[in-house]
Amino acid sequence: MTKRSDIRAAVERGLSRRRRRDRLVRRLGLGAILLGLGFLAFMFFSIIGMGYSAFWQTRIQLPVELDPAAIDPERTHDPAVLRNADYAGLIKQALRKRFPQIKKRKEKRKLYQLVSSGAAYALQAMVLQNPALIGSTPGLWLTANDDVDVWFKHPETSGKRLNDQQKAWLEELHAKGELKKFFNLDFFRNGDSREPEQAGILGALMGSFYTILVTLGLSLPLGIAAAVYLEEFAPKNRWTDFIEVNINNLAAVPSIVFGLLGLAVFINFFGLPRSAPLVGGLVLTLMTLPTIIIASRAALKSVPPSIREAALGVGASRMQTLFHHVLPLAMPGMLTGTIIGMAQALGETAPLLMIGMVAFIVDVPRGILDPATVLPVQIHLWADSPERAFLEKTAAAIMVLLAFLVLMNLAAIWLRRKFEKRW
Amino acid sequence: MSVIDAGIRPDGARDARETDATVGKPFLEKKVTLRARNVNVFYGEKQALFDVSIDIGKHEVTAFIGPSGCGKSTFLRCFNRMNDTIDSCRVRGEILLDDEDIHDPKMDVVPLRARVGMVFQKPNPFPKSIYENIAYGPRLHGLVSGKSELDALVEKSLSRAGLWNEVKERLDEPGTGLSGGQQQRLCIARAIAINPEVILMDEPCSALDPIATARVEELIDELRRKYTIVMVTHSMQQAARVSQRTAYFHLGRLIEVDKTDRIFTNPSHELTEAYITGRFG
Repeated sequence: MTKRSDIRAAVERGLSRRRRRDRLVRRLGLGAILLGLGFLAFMFFSIIGMGYSAFWQTRIQLPVELDPAAIDPERTHDPAVLRNADYAGLIKQALRKRFPQIKKRKEKRKLYQLVSSGAAYALQAMVLQNPALIGSTPGLWLTANDDVDVWFKHPETSGKRLNDQQKAWLEELHAKGELKKFFNLDFFRNGDSREPEQAGILGALMGSFYTILVTLGLSLPLGIAAAVYLEEFAPKNRWTDFIEVNINNLAAVPSIVFGLLGLAVFINFFGLPRSAPLVGGLVLTLMTLPTIIIASRAALKSVPPSIREAALGVGASRMQTLFHHVLPLAMPGMLTGTIIGMAQALGETAPLLMIGMVAFIVDVPRGILDPATVLPVQIHLWADSPERAFLEKTAAAIMVLLAFLVLMNLAAIWLRRKFEKRW
Repeated sequence: MSVIDAGIRPDGARDARETDATVGKPFLEKKVTLRARNVNVFYGEKQALFDVSIDIGKHEVTAFIGPSGCGKSTFLRCFNRMNDTIDSCRVRGEILLDDEDIHDPKMDVVPLRARVGMVFQKPNPFPKSIYENIAYGPRLHGLVSGKSELDALVEKSLSRAGLWNEVKERLDEPGTGLSGGQQQRLCIARAIAINPEVILMDEPCSALDPIATARVEELIDELRRKYTIVMVTHSMQQAARVSQRTAYFHLGRLIEVDKTDRIFTNPSHELTEAYITGRFG
């Protein structure tokens, strides 16, 4: 038998090596976390640094004479007449008045380029809403063109699309306080546009909202019902094994395949409208169902059998046991699974490309049957656009998407806390 | 060891089965609450109980003892058809509760379990308030009308379980926050809140410390006056302390049933004697 002192010496010898390994493992873990945090911080900084300027919009102040002769010569106050008036012409006239020294046709054209083409629509909307303005000359802050906007925000790195003369006019306006940045409400109020200064996130946001609404409305009840049936009622036989294996496999199917399925089944076979949040929601339901079913089954399984026995023991029926005891206890887990599924759905792009939600859509959707796009697809579209001004829009849209994901996670935590408090 | 083996199966299992008639006094002449006749239980292909027949007397405590895996818990769970929840489990034979067959197709398990309550091995209060734990059963079966009646019933049940004074100030706190012994008494209070005829107790003290065990045993003795109690226990001392009749199970067979003092002082079957003298178990 080995002597005790020998054993102790052997243990001592090995000890320093064990400690070294302990330290190494701990440092590796810490290093991995720091690396991850570093990338996350880098991502946030670059996105916010690129995107924050999209929340401001450069505007030019101009006294626009709302000439009754040009807008409504016969004083009909008929909206149709008001709508058809030449507002772009009025703005051009105001620009000419502001810079009377410009005479050449070419220079005039350069001057007109400073103001966004959308300004005319804004003016039209204003007049339609308040016809009493006709005849007055209000000093209006008109949206500047995207080239002006980018140059004004980043004068060092841009401005190639403006000539020196235009820059001089802008300097003059700026010196007199007639060129300013305002909070960009239009970004949250408008749908997509070819003109970056008019492009907004609302269309994609509403599209995402309706799509997620359809997804949630279908996948939550379906997923929970399927999980409850499989876990509580289904006999354990070859069929249920087969179903279980397939559900697990479905969770691993690439999402674009669901898009193809949606295209073939919902659009081609059932004839549902293309690009509609309804179809998008159906496709994403198919995609998120396995996630929700698996999470819900795990939540049901984790309810201790002693609780079921307790309820059955006082004479509760199977249904009562399920609804009074098992489901409330499993709910936090089910909700977490659902929110994870919804977050996945909110960020999903590929399957929606297949069903036409990638179309250029200017109007904000008003229901689940209107053509729409969603936030991640909007990001994809803007990232593809050549105009410099879409760069900040892309980053800003990513910020909005991330904000919604954070909100959803907070909602999940809040819901979980609330449910747990009740018990 | 060899002596005991010989005792279990003197001539091999097959012969043992034929000679295994329950000794002692399994049947009673009057005041019977439950009658079990030729109960066989199978888990899939495996038979867990063989031809068990016994009467359970009214307003007394019947203790089931025996080594682990002898089928005593399985048999206890037959009385409120708790075995129905196990897919592979089949019960054959006849069990009568006040002369009604509990396996009758007309007999619903819900009213049956309201008449035959159960307390489990591990305290399993609902993760709800103490009040809700007690109120759940009566509310479920519509035994009370109105808040004041329910309040009174909750107080009565908790008092009877000897828990009222300890919890009356904190009825809205979760039942899971109580100590183990208090939780088990809460479970007993929950069982008696629906005023059953029979209370089944499956090793009710095995998860409790000696002091809590003593309190629960006292409680069982008091409850006997109003309820018929059937309990499974691993502790022979406990069986001796609280029960009036004791049934000894061995390998799925009911070996001997008799008055508790007789079982512990003068058992008729050699297996019973071997068990209570601690030669195996």
